[in-house]
Amino acid sequence: MNSGMSIIVRTITRLVYGLAIVFGFYVIMHGHLTPGGGFQGGAVVASAFALLLVAFGAAGVKGKLNAHLLQSLEEIGALAFLALGFVGIGTAFFYNLLANSGSLFGGPVLPLGSNPGVFNAGGTLPLMNWAVGLKVMTGIAAIVIVMLIGARKEETE
Amino acid sequence: MRKAVILVAFLFVGAFLLLAATSMRPFGEPTFAGMDDHFIAETQAEVGANNAVTAVVFDYRGFDTLGEATVLFAAVVGVLALFRRLREDEA
Repeated sequence: MNSGMSIIVRTITRLVYGLAIVFGFYVIMHGHLTPGGGFQGGAVVASAFALLLVAFGAAGVKGKLNAHLLQSLEEIGALAFLALGFVGIGTAFFYNLLANSGSLFGGPVLPLGSNPGVFNAGGTLPLMNWAVGLKVMTGIAAIVIVMLIGARKEETE
Repeated sequence: MRKAVILVAFLFVGAFLLLAATSMRPFGEPTFAGMDDHFIAETQAEVGANNAVTAVVFDYRGFDTLGEATVLFAAVVGVLALFRRLREDEA
């Protein structure tokens, strides 16, 4: 066993990484209501991938996490973010067309002032959070995977 | 000689920082508060989001986020290009 860490680290990783991924998706999903957003939640999810890589090593995740698939997903996220920016091009680039429009995510008009938050609100904001979250989580995961594999190869040379 | 130079530089920079600290604006009173007041007052009505920071990042300052996304894209592409070069060296 040349890669990966001790059985303690691997057991704790098995317990924790699912929770980290769920928490990251929560942060992305509630980006327009609570602190956080696409970047932060994506970084949390990517940290779960990094934890898996550190605990199990490059060999342990081989065939399960594909760097090229992750890179494709990252570019899909980037294009989705750009497209959402172009949605409001009639008024201005990045104009929030869906806000308070009554459709999905434009839903009910928020009560003003302090309130617990309406999930179905924010216009294009939740969609942009999802796009940027997908982009950040897959991008950072691809970077970590590729750098780890590259470092292992340099070690063995 | 070297210690004297370091001492003089330390005192000079320290005095400069102290001078700047005494003439700092009081906390919570920025020089230009127009945009801040607009964001705080109008975010819920205009964007429909409770999180004013996310509203600024993705709506009012969407271009800035696009630039950040471009930086991340460039980082990913650079790292993958580096890895690809390593792999071709092995082959």
